[in-house]
Amino acid sequence: MLEGLLIGLQTAMSFQNLAMVIAGCLIGTFIGMLPGLGPMSIIAIMIPVAISMGDPSAALILLAGVYYGAIFGGSTSSILLNAPGVAGTVASSFDGYPMARQGKAGKALTIAAIASFAGGTIGAILLMVFAPMLSSVALLFHSAEYFALMVVGLSAIAAFAGTGQVGKALLMTVLGLIMATVGEGALFNLPRFTGGIMDLQSGFGFITLAMAMFALPEALFLVLKPKDAGSADGEIKDLRITGAEARSIAPVIGRQSIQGFFIGVLPGAGATIASFLGYAVERNIAPKHEQDEFGKGSIKGLAAPETANNAACTGSFVPLLTLGIPGSGTTAILLGALIALNVSPGPRLMIDEPQIFWAVIMSMFIGNLVLLILNLPLIPYIAKVLAIPRNYLIPFILFFTLMGAYIGQNNATELLILVAFGICATALKFADYPLAPLLIGFILGGMLENNFARSMQLYDGVSFIWERPMTLGLLVIAAILILLPSYRARRARLRAQGVADGD
Amino acid sequence: MALDRWIALILLGICLTYGYTAWFTMDASLAPFMKRNPIWPSTFPKVLSVLATLACLSILLGLEKSEAKEPEIDYRRLHEYKLGQAVMLLALMAAYALCLRPLGFLISTTAFLVLGSFILGERKWLVMIPIALTATGVVWYLVQEVLGIYMRPLPGFLGG
Repeated sequence: MLEGLLIGLQTAMSFQNLAMVIAGCLIGTFIGMLPGLGPMSIIAIMIPVAISMGDPSAALILLAGVYYGAIFGGSTSSILLNAPGVAGTVASSFDGYPMARQGKAGKALTIAAIASFAGGTIGAILLMVFAPMLSSVALLFHSAEYFALMVVGLSAIAAFAGTGQVGKALLMTVLGLIMATVGEGALFNLPRFTGGIMDLQSGFGFITLAMAMFALPEALFLVLKPKDAGSADGEIKDLRITGAEARSIAPVIGRQSIQGFFIGVLPGAGATIASFLGYAVERNIAPKHEQDEFGKGSIKGLAAPETANNAACTGSFVPLLTLGIPGSGTTAILLGALIALNVSPGPRLMIDEPQIFWAVIMSMFIGNLVLLILNLPLIPYIAKVLAIPRNYLIPFILFFTLMGAYIGQNNATELLILVAFGICATALKFADYPLAPLLIGFILGGMLENNFARSMQLYDGVSFIWERPMTLGLLVIAAILILLPSYRARRARLRAQGVADGD
Repeated sequence: MALDRWIALILLGICLTYGYTAWFTMDASLAPFMKRNPIWPSTFPKVLSVLATLACLSILLGLEKSEAKEPEIDYRRLHEYKLGQAVMLLALMAAYALCLRPLGFLISTTAFLVLGSFILGERKWLVMIPIALTATGVVWYLVQEVLGIYMRPLPGFLGG
């Protein structure tokens, strides 16, 4: 391994490759900030540039830099504008945006930068050590386990259910799942619930729904109640995190780096599930007083998904490099780029072309460091977006919301769907229905149904639930995670009644 | 009845319609060989319709006791907020969606940004127009020229 590391370091530290990492991170960050352009589209755009270079190591290093940069850029728009352009950064907006509204935008971006750096770096160390071993573990996961894992991912809804609100959170999740069934399913190729409308054949767009659920109601609330718009006086204060805050998020970063990495290793799971699961787990294991802070600007609630999504991005390279299996949409595009560069990823990549394998790993360390060094000094300038006067900021938020939906689908009908869903989301927000579970249900719905269908076909029914112990174990965990908040609320109510009765 | 229950009632209607389609009409067009599968395109929707109906009923019947909390915006006092501005911005967004193709990106976007600021009370035309024009130009250049995503810049009669 040491020899490989030296080869990788030598390749990654060449002037050309260092320039590639820096360029990739910068391009990824800036384009990733635009809602609607996620890592998949940015990497797809950059592939012709990468291939034209001819050097596979340099090309992969550039694309990996773009990947990390785009994830970081996506977090920035989630935190500052509540406009997550990628599914993997949705969970970052749950606490990042409330922090920005409380005038702690600088601190939120600092935590995001540090958590991303730590998640990516620890993930790269784990990749270096475990890559060959993990590829065989990932193969043990079949569709039944994936189905159960998605159900555990959906149990994140419990984290958004306030006291006595599990019913509402459940309803929103099921509504998200229902919305995911609209259009042609990947498994059946039959149009469902489209009402004969051609534009609905491919289903609702994720970006449209994300913008409608988060950015649009938030902008409308800012219009309705102008006093709350933006930060108090436009001054970006409080960039540093205190020692106590660092100590409180350190275990979260440690746990989520490992959990996020292992979820990223599983083909099909990826940054989205890792971030939701990271958020849900941290919320559930936090003490009661900290649990109440989740969703209102908790630093743990921001650090968890930020760490997990970066660690998962690194983890997703394990099946790609060692088995040649793309674990996510983004790594599928990277696989295409590798093949175009005449590189065959798989078990022999490490042996036949060690300079590529190790150079990519070393570039991950360098890329994370570059992102931290570039972004930390830029935070005060990035966060100044909140100091823009409301009369200009709100039309721009609405414009980027519309652009996000338009670029994603290149269809003007999508904009009308966005406005319609935005109005519905605002009404739901008035009635105190949590919107995040709806989006989680929508994102995981397609994967959940496909894995459920595959398992049903393989086992000719639902016997896979009890015939596969890992599946059963995961489903039991999910049930506990969903029912626990209701049980806690009931116990607290009974205790309060007992006190009132003089028990 | 509180707003959340009214919404639950509307959602119940939607879920029942969804459920009716899943349970009674969807399988009619299914090819015979697909009916031998253990799972049909309607299986998952059927499960979801039952879950959604139960969740709606639990809210409608108030089975879960929740603590009352201060809403961010009280919908009963909506008239006290800037409702007119919010409605006008929504109408502007719909108009933007309808005009984007026929008027082209540059004219529609500049008009959207200027009118959006105007609705919110801005009257400094000398600031508003240059900002809107610059932002529109930069975004168009970035999306069309750098990223290569086609967006018609001008109306057809102007050569767009």
